[in-house]
Amino acid sequence: MTAASATVLITHPTGLHARPAVKLTKLAKTFEAAIRLRPDGQEGWIDAKSIVKVMGLKLRSGSRLELAAEGVDAPDAVAQLRALVERNFDENV
Amino acid sequence: MSERRIAGEPASRGIAIGPLVRLADGSAEIGRRHGDPAAERAALDAAITAARTELAELAAAADELAREILEFQVEMLGDPALVAEAAEAIAGGAPAGAAWAAALAGQIVAFGEAEEEYFRARAGDLADLRDRVLGHLANGAAVVPQTLPAGAILVAHDLGPSRFLGLDWSRLGGLALEAGSRTSHLAMLARARGVPLVTGLGPLAGETGEAVLDAAHGFVILAPEPDTLARYHAQRSAAGADDDPAALARPATTRSGERVLTLLNVDDPAALEPHRLAASDGIGLVRSEFLFLGRERPPEEAVQRRAYEALLEAAAGRPVIVRTLDIGGDKPLPGVTLPQERNPFLGLRGIRLCLERPELFRPQVRALLRAAVRGNLKVMLPMVAHPDEIAEARELFAAELAGLRAAGLAAALPEIGIMVEVPAVAIRPERFAAADFFSIGSNDLIQYTLAAARDAGGRVARLALGLDPAVARLIANMVDFGRETGKEVSVCGDLASEPDAVGALLDLGVRRLSVAPAALGRIKAAIAVHG
Repeated sequence: MTAASATVLITHPTGLHARPAVKLTKLAKTFEAAIRLRPDGQEGWIDAKSIVKVMGLKLRSGSRLELAAEGVDAPDAVAQLRALVERNFDENV
Repeated sequence: MSERRIAGEPASRGIAIGPLVRLADGSAEIGRRHGDPAAERAALDAAITAARTELAELAAAADELAREILEFQVEMLGDPALVAEAAEAIAGGAPAGAAWAAALAGQIVAFGEAEEEYFRARAGDLADLRDRVLGHLANGAAVVPQTLPAGAILVAHDLGPSRFLGLDWSRLGGLALEAGSRTSHLAMLARARGVPLVTGLGPLAGETGEAVLDAAHGFVILAPEPDTLARYHAQRSAAGADDDPAALARPATTRSGERVLTLLNVDDPAALEPHRLAASDGIGLVRSEFLFLGRERPPEEAVQRRAYEALLEAAAGRPVIVRTLDIGGDKPLPGVTLPQERNPFLGLRGIRLCLERPELFRPQVRALLRAAVRGNLKVMLPMVAHPDEIAEARELFAAELAGLRAAGLAAALPEIGIMVEVPAVAIRPERFAAADFFSIGSNDLIQYTLAAARDAGGRVARLALGLDPAVARLIANMVDFGRETGKEVSVCGDLASEPDAVGALLDLGVRRLSVAPAALGRIKAAIAVHG
């Protein structure tokens, strides 16, 4: 089983609100790998494919987010999700 | 049973006469059993699938604002975490409806308690979602529009925007809500589509039968007497002029042949019907707040510029008057922190807020300056109370114009006028001669003159109805000032959209009215019988 992980800084000015959260979960669901998220420094992980859980984090701009994936396409999943966050979810901000 | 009148808050004008029909909110479904846990689970899955399909269809047909709200709901509905919680309860013996409602309840509470207004507002989306699935579990009985009688007055506690958008309003009468408010997104949609709406009516449980919804004054009449019904039927047929192409298309002239300009108020350009715009003399008021609502943060300059340019293009050379951002502490704006004030209506709002927070105002100013080269654009400042506010705003426009030109961008300084909402302006208009034109916002002018909020209900709201002699004097003052100086003076508040008030406004000398698009036909009809 392949595993991959990364930490990424949320720079989108409004943080993980509905539209960015929808983009993140939609992208996560395109991968086979199990993908987990947690705010940097927090104990529990949440499922990156669950909009309920992702919105529940209520992450603000400036928070760091840990990404971890396990599965055949784990490295690709982590790389693409990280890039999405770094691109401010492709929003003009 | 004798006639009874229940007062609420007028949220979108109009009259409906028809049977009261309660929209199923699914609460009856919560305890109903479909069978063993396997049957319960199958029923829930089928209801979720049906709800997802329906939301996706609604989203595909919606404008951008509505689509974002709906797509978030579609994603929520597809979340295994939500379903897993309900499935667990079903396995433990709970009926599908109860399990689903309980799974959503936890989320609704969590969002409802959030610190940020933005997250709190999502609780409404989740309640909308809960009810849509419960509606499908109930087999859609009263939820499916086809089973609603034509002309029905729908009753609900509150209604989510997706439910509203899913109903066929061309064959329904209106909407009576026990809760809700006139500032909600739903009320905005109802006004744009001309659906009569009264909010805040309080409990209507068990009320049925023929009723009258008077959304101009904000009440429901239960068991109306025959002469009440006759009166409202007459009013409604006068209002029918709004949809009569001949009535719409005629130029607005009084009986003596005097031309009156009729322009439109635009809350949401997506809902502006082209045939109404074609029948008007232009757009007399664009409430630019539509650009700011339903977003996570204020729209950037380019988004605003495109919206203004689209309106100019649609107006095809006729004037488009954009009112700059008009918000205050009572109308929270996502992504903008405003001071909590004890009395927001006398606080930092309208132009005061924009001048205090130039970072919010500048992108709008630049967008307007750049759009101004594309058509007949005019800019209107809200809530002006002191001449210095016009001077300050003009300085800001001039500075941004210089910046844009220095950057080699095409831009032009539009005419800058003001709203007349604060009595101080109408009492001494000559002090505000730096404005290029004036538009009377009757709603606020009435409220500030009579110290009575229209949405206060009862005795207080009655003070704010109609054309008080003091308000009439203020309007006459403005008309006289316009005549002396040659500056345009129009009325763009709700008064201009009330056929009963139009005669009085014309008597006062008003010759420019900006009205709700849905009222254009009826206002032209009222002008035609005057003088």
